[in-house]
Amino acid sequence: MNNNTTPPEIKKNEVHDNTTVVAMKHLKKSFGNNDVLKDITLQINKGESLVILGKSGTGKSVLIKCIVGLNVFDDGELSIFGQDISKISKPELIAVRKKIGFLFQSGALYDSMSVRENLEFPLKRQQQTIGDDEMDAMVKEALGNVGLSEAIDKKPSELSGGMRKRLGLARTLILKPEIMLYDEPTTGLDPITSKEISTLILDVQNKFQTTSIIITHDIECAKRTANRIIVLKEGVCFAEGSYTELENSGDSWIRSFFE
Amino acid sequence: MQQVEPINPPVERIPESTNISIRVSLLSKFFLEVASFSLFMLRFFKEVFKPPYEFNELLKQCFLIGYKSLPLIGITGFIIGLVLTIQSRPTLAKFGAVSWLPAMVGVSIIREIGPVISALIFAGKVGSGIGAELASMKVTEQIDAMQVSWTNPFKYLVVSRVLAATLMLPLLVIFSDAIGLFGSFVGVNLKDHVSFYLFFSQIFQSLEFKDLLPAITKTFFFGFAIGLIGSYTGYNSNKGTEGVGEAANTAVVFSSLMVFIIDMLAVQITSLMQS
Ligand SMILES: Nc1ncnc2c1ncn2[C@@H]1O[C@H](COP(=O)(O)OP(=O)(O)OP(=O)(O)O)[C@@H](O)[C@H]1O
Ligand SMILES: [Mg+2]
Repeated sequence: MNNNTTPPEIKKNEVHDNTTVVAMKHLKKSFGNNDVLKDITLQINKGESLVILGKSGTGKSVLIKCIVGLNVFDDGELSIFGQDISKISKPELIAVRKKIGFLFQSGALYDSMSVRENLEFPLKRQQQTIGDDEMDAMVKEALGNVGLSEAIDKKPSELSGGMRKRLGLARTLILKPEIMLYDEPTTGLDPITSKEISTLILDVQNKFQTTSIIITHDIECAKRTANRIIVLKEGVCFAEGSYTELENSGDSWIRSFFE
Repeated sequence: MQQVEPINPPVERIPESTNISIRVSLLSKFFLEVASFSLFMLRFFKEVFKPPYEFNELLKQCFLIGYKSLPLIGITGFIIGLVLTIQSRPTLAKFGAVSWLPAMVGVSIIREIGPVISALIFAGKVGSGIGAELASMKVTEQIDAMQVSWTNPFKYLVVSRVLAATLMLPLLVIFSDAIGLFGSFVGVNLKDHVSFYLFFSQIFQSLEFKDLLPAITKTFFFGFAIGLIGSYTGYNSNKGTEGVGEAANTAVVFSSLMVFIIDMLAVQITSLMQS
């Protein structure tokens, strides 16, 4: 593995800021009898990038969907930017949510719209008054960032899997959110594209001081992007630490993620 | 051998009791479905008047739902008018009443056949389309994606589609009626020679405003039911990809049934009001 010796092109963001951006306390979520999240407590600081590892079906997606409100947690506390989500008013909640970007595991591209319209949708929704020229420039910039400039007038169904992933990413990043939640950004991509996406994530991180939560099975991506890693198991945070700490963990089950 | 016997009776009883419990659970499932559909309808009325309004999406849906259905509705309207005329002629000829042909066919197209046939075709094309589209948007998390873009997906997707269906079907029915009457005119002229002017003046003499009003009014309800049922089946589909086909199918079956039920109610109400 050459990667161990060559330094990454972009240095990881050093976290100096100690403001807590997202804090969960004893978060619980179940679907019927299926207790998916049993007791999750964690904190993420500004500018930090947290990677979540865990077996398929342990509730990683459910966890980040609780943060944007797509899943409603049953019990516990969730604060974002120091505001307790269950206690603030609806306009305040919307204001908080407007600062969060969410990359869906499946991409969730709008099939009935072109690539351009896919990117325009969140822009028009966030600021009703945006001008056409400004919007056009932002769309082109966002597509350029993920290397999709030539696909602007295509339909999502005409794109390859990797292109769809990158379009999903562009659509989320176009609003420059303060918190980014990535649900498996590199799954199903070739190693080169995966690396590009990881680099892009770091890039965004450094440029905008974004706080990120990254769910991934791609250990290379975790290595590149993580300041801290959490391993979920059976509805609780089973282990927590830096990449090297967990890689050399005493627990063989945890080490097995890094092989 | 002796031990086997006592086991038998309970084994026989089980199918009976499960039969009942299946029936009970089917019944409760039916009522749950009706309840959740009613809530869905209630939510529609709550959200339809609440700003912000999604005018652009409404216009887009009117175009997709209305304009794109014109050819199909037009062709079927023409054929129905033509066939109905050709089929009715022998019966009227027996009574020496061929001259009544335009009036008879005209009235039945405008009162009943135009609205119902158009609504059924609309259910097949638009109802199933809405069901399948929303179900696949649900499966692929597009509805969730709208929600995280601070869009109320119910308003954006459901309200605009239901409104478009409600507004477009009446226009399509008027269009279909006109084409159907023209088809009937062609049918009449296959055997007899009736001028365009005479044909239509005969029809309009036998039609009254009280024929037209209920005939058009009920189509708003047809359109509303078709749009709402299609949206309901799609929006609540939860079974992955197979749910897409199921949503489309359920939408057609129930909205077609609903068209007939509304039609029956409409007949009762108009005859009550006119008596
Ligand atoms: N809407 C839902 N209704 C019922 N159960 C759900 C729902 N969403 C998720 N689950 C259940 O929650 C559990 C966790 O799902 P989740 O999608 O979070 O897994 P995951 O850790 O993201 O897995 P993967 O790595 O495969 O994406 C699963 O058992 C799933 O069946
Ligand atoms: Mg997942």
